[in-house]
Amino acid sequence: MNDAVRSTHSGEFAVEARGLTKRYGGVVALDGLNLSVPTGSVLGLLGPNGAGKTTAVSILTTLLTPDAGTARVAGVDVLSEPQRVRSLIGLSGQYAAVDEHLTATENLEMIGCLYGMRRRAARKKANELIERFRLSESANRPLKTFSGGMRRRIDLAGALLADPPVLFLDEPTTGLDPRSRGELWDVIRERVQAGTTVVLTTQYLEEADQLAHEIVVIDHGHAIARGTSQELKRRIGGEHLDIHLAFPEDLSRVETIVRPFAIGAIRIDDQEALVSIPVAKGVEALGSVMVELSAQNVEIVDIGLRRPTLDDVFMDLTGHKSQEDQS
Amino acid sequence: MISMIRDATTIARRNMIRIRRVPEVMVFVIIQPLMFVLLFAYVFGGSIDIPGGNYREFLIAGIFTQTVVFGATFTASGLAEDVQKGLINRFRSLPMSRSAVVAGRTASDVVYNMLSIIIMSLAGLAVGWRIRGSVLDAVVAYLLLLFFSYSFSWVMACLGLLVPTPEVVNNATFIVLFPLTFIANTFVPSDTLPGVLKTIAEWNPVSTLTHAVRVRFGNLPAETPKPTAWPLQNAMLYSLGWAILLIVVFAPIATRLYQRTGKR
Repeated sequence: MNDAVRSTHSGEFAVEARGLTKRYGGVVALDGLNLSVPTGSVLGLLGPNGAGKTTAVSILTTLLTPDAGTARVAGVDVLSEPQRVRSLIGLSGQYAAVDEHLTATENLEMIGCLYGMRRRAARKKANELIERFRLSESANRPLKTFSGGMRRRIDLAGALLADPPVLFLDEPTTGLDPRSRGELWDVIRERVQAGTTVVLTTQYLEEADQLAHEIVVIDHGHAIARGTSQELKRRIGGEHLDIHLAFPEDLSRVETIVRPFAIGAIRIDDQEALVSIPVAKGVEALGSVMVELSAQNVEIVDIGLRRPTLDDVFMDLTGHKSQEDQS
Repeated sequence: MISMIRDATTIARRNMIRIRRVPEVMVFVIIQPLMFVLLFAYVFGGSIDIPGGNYREFLIAGIFTQTVVFGATFTASGLAEDVQKGLINRFRSLPMSRSAVVAGRTASDVVYNMLSIIIMSLAGLAVGWRIRGSVLDAVVAYLLLLFFSYSFSWVMACLGLLVPTPEVVNNATFIVLFPLTFIANTFVPSDTLPGVLKTIAEWNPVSTLTHAVRVRFGNLPAETPKPTAWPLQNAMLYSLGWAILLIVVFAPIATRLYQRTGKR
């Protein structure tokens, strides 16, 4: 069935949204968001809590009606034909929406039946996925005995069960340990190779980096940057050089020393006596800066290179910290 | 329509699995009704006199009614839990019938109520209650109980989709359900109630349901005066009318509420 559906939609974009707007009372959750996701690719929606990521996914998955704007998923209009859209998508939520009193098999079988599969076919598919997710040993235990990572896998399996051509994954790995996160990433990659289009929201730059072909950074309900992971990182600097000083008095002197190496805005934290510089060639910059610092007798507590974080993206793109950090 | 029934069956099947796994469900469906029969029979059974009759026999129909009315709160707490856990969002993203989640829930709650009634009937028989009418009358009485609780489930479904957490369901329902089941002829004959309460009791569908069931079971003492209030004179019809009215009004509301729920 899904192959047939997929072949009827040969459009260039699996997801297209124009001017999505949603207000809750006086709060603007989405402010004219545009998205175009080429069929077979992965879009990463990157942003802090409250940026509008979940609202965007809720609209695209028919859970929410926008105040303005249009959206098509797999070529089908979300507002006029929501039921058809539902048969073409899989959704895996931020919190694992599974029935904790049902076993893994029972949960997936139920979801399969609700996709319109026959019970036997649903069970067969459920068992396949459970095996694929290496949960066979626990297949007949109620989910409340599962760890967070195991539940997440079942939730994701629910989204994959009917082989939908478009997958929406709302923060699929938030709160998971690195190992479970890696396992989920592998599964998602596999689906993408099989031709599935994925819209993924995340707070982690690394996750977007690992999975997404294109990243849209959103803040306050609209896109503030778009591009491939490489393009974005180049924009915000490939690596950051953090220098922790012994004496805050040295801050302005150090700023002068490091300025030639900076390829973006230098961040200075007075209280922590910390200078953070986006640099292009990390190791080279580290060496030169250290030579320069010791030549000028600046005493440092610590110095190191690190990969850019979402916070750096935000500092660079918006000039303000992500909301998450403010609260 | 066929897909609605199929999806509702899937949801109902899921709810039936839960009865074996969730201890609270077990307590509510089996232990609590059992306790009510035994407590009322032994605690009040000896101290309340029914002219020309046996209080225990009089009482059972009242306990049945009370239990199925309270049983309907299951619909509310079950749906509220599904909303809270995010399952409703999952369901709403699936290409399933829009009314199946609530329809499946109300249907499985009929099964829950059926279980409760079987347990209560057995307990009743053990403490001396007997069906004194015909088998057909008894079947009609049981069906009436189940149909009424089914209709009441739709009211509770609306509540479950409106409250923020399952815990609120209990607080909200108890405030309504206690007066509803107590200002009635469930535990004492309604003509013993003072003035206004008596009138309320006479028009209360819980009373008419109890009365209809009591009459069908043949548990009304022979000397009981004929009721003067119209609802009690036409208890069966009046109760059925209420049940149908509740479904007609609340089923569409519940379906609409379901479509709007979970929108954060």
